[in-house]
Amino acid sequence: MSNQSSPKKHLMKGNEAIAEAAIRSGCKCFFGYPITPQTEISAYMAKRMPKVGGVYLQAESEIAAINMVYGCAGSGVRCMTSSSSPGIALKAEGISYIAGSDLPCVIINVQRGGPGLGGIQPSQSDYWFMTRALGHGDFHALVFAPASVQEMVDTVCDAFDLADKYRMPAVILADGLLGQMMEPVHFPEDYDFNKNTEKPWAANGHGNKRKHNIINSLFLQPDVLEDENFKRFKRYEIVKKNETKAEIDIEEDTELLVVAYGSVARIAKAAVDMARKNGIKAGLFRPITLWPYPEKELQKAAEKVKKVLVVEMSMGQMVEDVRISLKSRIPIEFHGRTGGIVPTPAEVFEKLKEMDGDDNA
Amino acid sequence: MSMKSNNIVIAGFGGQGILFAGRVLAHIGLISDREVSWLPSYGPEMRGGTANCCVCIDDKPIDCPLVTEPTTLIVMNAPSYDKFIDHVKSGGMAFIDSSLISKKSERNDIDCEYVPATQLATENDISGMANIILLGKLIGKTKLASLETVKEAFEQIIPKAKNHLIDDNMKAIKIGMEYKI
Repeated sequence: MSNQSSPKKHLMKGNEAIAEAAIRSGCKCFFGYPITPQTEISAYMAKRMPKVGGVYLQAESEIAAINMVYGCAGSGVRCMTSSSSPGIALKAEGISYIAGSDLPCVIINVQRGGPGLGGIQPSQSDYWFMTRALGHGDFHALVFAPASVQEMVDTVCDAFDLADKYRMPAVILADGLLGQMMEPVHFPEDYDFNKNTEKPWAANGHGNKRKHNIINSLFLQPDVLEDENFKRFKRYEIVKKNETKAEIDIEEDTELLVVAYGSVARIAKAAVDMARKNGIKAGLFRPITLWPYPEKELQKAAEKVKKVLVVEMSMGQMVEDVRISLKSRIPIEFHGRTGGIVPTPAEVFEKLKEMDGDDNA
Repeated sequence: MSMKSNNIVIAGFGGQGILFAGRVLAHIGLISDREVSWLPSYGPEMRGGTANCCVCIDDKPIDCPLVTEPTTLIVMNAPSYDKFIDHVKSGGMAFIDSSLISKKSERNDIDCEYVPATQLATENDISGMANIILLGKLIGKTKLASLETVKEAFEQIIPKAKNHLIDDNMKAIKIGMEYKI
């Protein structure tokens, strides 16, 4: 029977929960273009935004949508766009302009298989794209990798706050599995977002009372442009120091450390539990931020382990960040599925057994 | 209320209410204050072929929402029967619409319940509710939830404008529960 004292929970798809969380985080404008498997975000926004005094706009293309975000962010309004892998690729130019103009916004990528139009099943093959090459030029975006519908809600709120704080785009990197599945979610009554972020830089009408604010990413003078990039990267250093996040499930005697993020981390967790029941000393490290990468946290978690297994729905992308973080001091193996195939806990467990066996042979 | 882990796969054709039956189960779990997940197939199979969904109901947080070894299977067409019957966990249960699937399983380590659900639905003037009849059989057999909880689940899912469907769905649940094989 329902427990009256527990907070009210809604059963929602990940995509819908993201949309609702964005609205509750003060997102006033949503610009999008439909693509499987994220269309529910658009559909939900279309229904809800007009009721809360916000703007929902289905643009004529992904490129138009991201440029609407550019303009909206420039006026200091919290705004968001969402798409799936090939659609995000189309947005890359606009994202670079947004980063080059030091503007905050939230971008949702519900990944599907690639390259090209690929497929519509879950994938994690945009890791490099999101953390390394979200557009041309020297820049980064904050990248969050939630692993449950509730965490999608929580990270959307963080994404808006941190995007504002550091004046940079923030990406929620989900996948088709997280977007399509339903889980119970709770929305805090009083949404704990920073409602008072001052945006003195916003181009929102000066009323002849202050200087013009100019939003721009064009700096033809090399020394000026270099200076802009230096300033931005100083800010990134602060982000790297303060904003890394990971969930660590290890024991004193953990020998095999599995590293996985997003939906795959849940599959890895099931495999780690199977391994532990079979006497294999396995543990799990789950990065929640992919940029900045929780390098120090991983180094600490891997201090005493003998081997690392990275599991991804890709041909092996995050595994490079694991190698960089651990400076390849211990053997790092990889298990990946791609094309929309989701690895099963049983196959990850098999891999762990194999690694454990090699060790004891 | 059964307190063990329930990893359920429901499978059949698009249009048979496969995803809806899964949502009913997920809401039953939610109302019962348990951990739940509902994962639909949304791939090419949704475009004119088979449909399936995975529902987990548990007392501990659900790790993997993808069910590869169901403790409970509901199947409503032959291709899905062929695809999933061998994956049912030993000691598990399968609820099979015998109006649409003529095969009988040779497995003796699982409990197979053959219910002519499509035929029962037509006979009782609730055609299209074979999915809920099978769900009724599952609930009767496993004591997963009380009738009040099931009704509450329907009330949460069915839009107010279609309120009359709650009675039809409850009728289907009872037909399934009372059906003797």
